[in-house]
Amino acid sequence: MKIDRRQFFKVAGWGAAAGVTAMNVVGRFGSGGRAQAFESMETPETVKAKQFAMVVDMSKFKTKDDIQKVIYACHHTHNVPNWGNPKDEVKWIWTDTYKHVFPGQESPFLDEAFKEMPFLVMCNHCDHPACTRVCPTKATFKRPDGIVMMDYHRCIGCRFCMAACPFGARSFNWRDPRLALNMNDLNMEYPTRTKGVVEKCTFCDERIAQGKQPACVEAAPAGGLVFGDIDDPNSDVRKALARTYTIRRKPELGTGPNIYYVIGGGETNAG
Amino acid sequence: MLDKALTGSKLYWAWVLFLLVLVGIGTAAYIKQFNYGLGITGMSRDVSWGFYIAQFTFLVGVAASAVMLVIPYYLHNYKTFGRIVILGEFLAVSAVTMCILFIFVDMGQPMRIMNVVLHPRPNSVMFWDSLVLSGYLALNLLIGWANLHAEKMGVPHPSWTKPLTYLSVPWAVSIHTVTAFLYAGLPGRAFWLSAVMAARFLASAFAAGPALLLLLALLVRKITRFDAGKEAIQTLGKIVTYAMFVNVFLLGLEFFTAFYSHIPEHMASFKYLYMGLDGHNKLVPLMWTSSVLAVVSMSMLVFPQIRRKEKLLAVACVATFISLWIDKGFGLVIGGFIPSPMDHVTEYWPTGIELLITMGVYAAGILVLTVLYKVAISVKVANEYPAPLKGAVEEAH
Amino acid sequence: MYNGGKIIIGLAIFLGIATLPFFSNIGTAVKRPEPSLDTPVIKEVQAQLGRKDVCVEPKAFMQANHMRLLNEWRDSALRQNKRLYISSDGRKFTISLQNTCMHCHSNKKEFCDRCHNYMAVKPYCWDCHIAPKERGGQS
Repeated sequence: MKIDRRQFFKVAGWGAAAGVTAMNVVGRFGSGGRAQAFESMETPETVKAKQFAMVVDMSKFKTKDDIQKVIYACHHTHNVPNWGNPKDEVKWIWTDTYKHVFPGQESPFLDEAFKEMPFLVMCNHCDHPACTRVCPTKATFKRPDGIVMMDYHRCIGCRFCMAACPFGARSFNWRDPRLALNMNDLNMEYPTRTKGVVEKCTFCDERIAQGKQPACVEAAPAGGLVFGDIDDPNSDVRKALARTYTIRRKPELGTGPNIYYVIGGGETNAG
Repeated sequence: MLDKALTGSKLYWAWVLFLLVLVGIGTAAYIKQFNYGLGITGMSRDVSWGFYIAQFTFLVGVAASAVMLVIPYYLHNYKTFGRIVILGEFLAVSAVTMCILFIFVDMGQPMRIMNVVLHPRPNSVMFWDSLVLSGYLALNLLIGWANLHAEKMGVPHPSWTKPLTYLSVPWAVSIHTVTAFLYAGLPGRAFWLSAVMAARFLASAFAAGPALLLLLALLVRKITRFDAGKEAIQTLGKIVTYAMFVNVFLLGLEFFTAFYSHIPEHMASFKYLYMGLDGHNKLVPLMWTSSVLAVVSMSMLVFPQIRRKEKLLAVACVATFISLWIDKGFGLVIGGFIPSPMDHVTEYWPTGIELLITMGVYAAGILVLTVLYKVAISVKVANEYPAPLKGAVEEAH
Repeated sequence: MYNGGKIIIGLAIFLGIATLPFFSNIGTAVKRPEPSLDTPVIKEVQAQLGRKDVCVEPKAFMQANHMRLLNEWRDSALRQNKRLYISSDGRKFTISLQNTCMHCHSNKKEFCDRCHNYMAVKPYCWDCHIAPKERGGQS
């Protein structure tokens, strides 16, 4: 039988497809099996929790310097670039005023001191995070201990999570972050990021695995930032919540934010 | 059949070459963006989606609108659309191609695109969007190509395309519904958090898509011997009319809910778009242009006497298309980001590189459209002007 | 086959271009790369263990599978928070490219890069992870 060119291409096409499939199958199962099963475990010092949470007690922050120390500790520990312009900006923890942190809650007669108070804001590590729900690749996901984690290896940079987050907690690397880092003043134990991925606060997952508190908590004035398991009635977080009245950002959206704010005892605040 | 796209007049080849040059310029601009990062665009931390995603959203609508031809023709046996339905299907193919390209150029890590397949999260609307879009592309290409091939051979459409055609109807609705869900399910974006979002998307799509198709049909008649027919064009005009009125009605609903309830965050984006917010008003002139064009198009379309004059109908369709393009291909996406979740106003405007890349993607889409239309029209014309004239027909384009 | 001549000429030109790299490199063998294990920490570890052919796993395994191991490490640490690796001979290692691998292999240029350059592979590890010698600038 004589085949015409059309049939020839059809046959050749199917043949090529079959060949590629066969190579994949052989590549997966045929060769290079591991010498032994991969074995790994949690570090014994890992701080455990069902849901990590933080209480931000604004009354403990007396000066601008108290706040700056906290931001520096986080951003230096995690090699967060400082672009110096709002367009390329990357930030994990920062401050804003009451009006912007609690939009819709402001009143025209708010005490001047509260109006200008620089509230610390970061990722809320929500109970039902909108960001992880929308991520198409599971690059951001919720850990069993409640941390909303980022896998920078997996992120495709679609920025759906940024559209989804109601707290503006996420930053995108619009450019190579190393261009905005002092390469002589890096934390050599932590990576930088690459351009084209989203990043944010991860409650210092790397420090928690070493049995430490998050970097911001360590740098804050005593009691300024309280960190722990909100599911444990004896945790510092729960004790702090039991002591006084606290509020959260946009609880009405149902994401279940886990950063609680003590607005202050009235007589003290950071200027 | 593809060989029909390889023979054509000088004009045809000049057009193809022109499009290729634009694609080349767009590619060069994309390489620049790839090396620099998406910071080369006008997007920022606060406005994290821009022109690319807006074009994507608009074009999904254009793609979905093919169903406005498929339903009357295949479901209601409305023969008048027999000559034009292929143009709708191939327009859908071209539009989906552009959608995929726009998603691609918007990615921060395009090399990792296969992660969507390797590590899918079924909860993510974007996962479903990629699924329905690629399915819709395949459906339209398959149905259009197979039926056209049958027409070329002078045999009835193959029977296996029939169930696929029926499937393509809900599928078309699904692509735009899912695209609306990208926006309408986000808790912190009051402007998008609306139950009528998907309905409004479909309404605006069924106005903008057929308006574009109508203009394309008129263009095709002018430069080739293929005529879609007066009646088909008039029916398209009616579809545009109804859909445009429904769309504006739905937009009115949004305005009512936002402003009568007087909830600040529901009003904020509308205020930014139409009046300016905190002294920022970059999009105001654009949005009012859209509104004025909508009024112009509706006041023309609503009168049958005007609609029956094809030149005026064309003017109305141009007005409809531009109005909806501004509304959905710009205002809807950008407006949702302003103000930010922390109630700051950061404005957005596309950069030159961003526009060049956009132009490149459009050129690629139009190239796909040109090639597919060339094939379709060659087949149709060859059928209508048989043997003796055939050579001359081939020359005509 | 119509246009047979043209097709054959076209194919010949294509084959010529496709195989050009092979022809142009004939007779110019590049020396096999020798990744260096000469760092103070590795010397110390080798002395302690009394053997030279073992990393976190045996050398032969690492040569063939280090990239797979790194992928497993990545997912284990980042996605499961399991950051302690237990090797096949029972030793424990903190899972970290930057702090464990590169602590011993502090000579990225003489170790990683030699083979990777030879094989023309460009792993994107170093887009984010800081190479040991990058302290004074880009390595």
